[in-house]
Amino acid sequence: MINFTDVYKRYPNNYEALSGLSFQLDEGEMAFLTGHSGAGKSTLLKLIALIERSSHGQVLVSNQNLSSLPKRKIPFYRRQIGIVFQDHNLLHDRTVFDNVALPLVIAGENHREIGRRVRAALDKVGLLSKERSLPIALSGGEQQRVGIARAVVNRPPILLADEPTGNLDPDLSREIMQLFEQFNQVGVTVFVATHDIDLIQTMPYRQVILKQGRLA
Amino acid sequence: MLFSLGRLWRQPVASLMTITVIGIALVLPAGLFVLSENMSSLSNRWDSASQITLFLQQDVTPPQAQKLSTEIASWSTIEQVHYQSAQQSLDEFRQLSGLGDLLDSLPNNPLPAIIIVEPTDEKATLSGLVSRLNDLPQVDQAKLDMEWLQRFRSINKMVQRGVSILAILLALSVVLAIGNTIRLAILSREAEIRVMKLVGATDRFIRRPFLYTGFWYGFLGGLFAWITLIFSMGLLSGPVNELAGHYGSDFSLHWFGGFMFLILPIAGATLGILGAWLAVGRHLHQIEPS
Ligand SMILES: Nc1ncnc2c1ncn2[C@@H]1O[C@H](COP(=O)(O)OP(=O)(O)O)[C@@H](O)[C@H]1O
Ligand SMILES: [Mg+2]
Repeated sequence: MINFTDVYKRYPNNYEALSGLSFQLDEGEMAFLTGHSGAGKSTLLKLIALIERSSHGQVLVSNQNLSSLPKRKIPFYRRQIGIVFQDHNLLHDRTVFDNVALPLVIAGENHREIGRRVRAALDKVGLLSKERSLPIALSGGEQQRVGIARAVVNRPPILLADEPTGNLDPDLSREIMQLFEQFNQVGVTVFVATHDIDLIQTMPYRQVILKQGRLA
Repeated sequence: MLFSLGRLWRQPVASLMTITVIGIALVLPAGLFVLSENMSSLSNRWDSASQITLFLQQDVTPPQAQKLSTEIASWSTIEQVHYQSAQQSLDEFRQLSGLGDLLDSLPNNPLPAIIIVEPTDEKATLSGLVSRLNDLPQVDQAKLDMEWLQRFRSINKMVQRGVSILAILLALSVVLAIGNTIRLAILSREAEIRVMKLVGATDRFIRRPFLYTGFWYGFLGGLFAWITLIFSMGLLSGPVNELAGHYGSDFSLHWFGGFMFLILPIAGATLGILGAWLAVGRHLHQIEPS
């Protein structure tokens, strides 16, 4: 599903964030991406989401070679990937419903289908009663769950998360991770970057460990 | 589309300012256009009054003059000619002036025979026609009775050219004004654009509401210009009618109200979309998720 072969990422300031990285994630697999701060976790996820492009090497996602994917196809590629961020990236002047609906509106879904799917996603993360609220009125954990609902609302085959529990206390963190598990159980490939070692040690999933841009 | 109109509504002061600027930029060339069109129609009315008087040489005999006038009458640029012999000129002058005795005491008639020529309506040929008539050997002098009309026409031509230049400059300023407003709108929604790109929005999808906004600015600016134009014409028409009354003319200002009602919002909307398009094209690519 996700296939890295000898991937390098050098930023414009010549800093090499990833060096000679090769690994593979199978379809339907769930894995954690760990490593100290600055190890290159976010950079790796950005390569998968095509927010950045590799400087060298090959990144294959769902059999698409990302280095040869033209710019105009990026939006359609991104619709296959749900992304959850540490700081949620919600639109603060839109309701919870509108935030979650955004990917569907962009994809041109009809009204009825949007309503149905948004409520299904909100139900899944336990926020159906908050659909009319603005994000600011929600707690940090709730905001993160809105972000997750938005990431899964168009049922992407791949779900990426960059430190989704970074700002949450242990109980809330566990709840969020359990949500990811549930999506994985219905077939979604899940890749979660985190440095919450204590939490993930209790979970039975593979860990891809980065150390200064290389596999440890 | 209506949603983007609602967005304008939520920032009434800023939107109104932009719309006013656009309205003023549009009403200036429109107003000048209306004025110059009115000047043209005015000068066309006077056109029929324009005639050329040919003063003939003293040695031209009446039969020769008759022959000349029939010949001139056959030219395609000539509508009508009227021959008046030296004797007729004298009689007319005698009647008008009442200086009969004085005239009788003169040894011979000092007045020349004249041919009054009415040209056809082709304006361009008028000055060429005058010089052609002047070149005739029997003609002492050909005089266009309304040379000032030509001056009026040249001025009007200048005004028309000025309208074109002004229209281009102001169209450019409308594009820039809307472009700048849209640029600010884009920058203020930078975070939103980033998120939209992250969840798979195409440039086209992101661009569309900004184009609608540009459309509305231009369209409403055009309507504003139209209202301003009609209002100003209303203020002008009173004095103009009064003036025309003094000259015994039934001339009145033509407003082009319907034409302007169509053309101003269309022109505004087109320029608005163009300005928005340029602004979006420049700035959308700079906003990428990171
Ligand atoms: N846009 C960038 N330009 C230059 N250097 C960057 C950029 N983004 C990240 N880096 C550097 O790359 C390294 C890896 O960063 P990152 O992938 O964010 O690590 P992590 O997410 O594991 O903390 C860091 O040293 C960071 O300073
Ligand atoms: Mg990071």
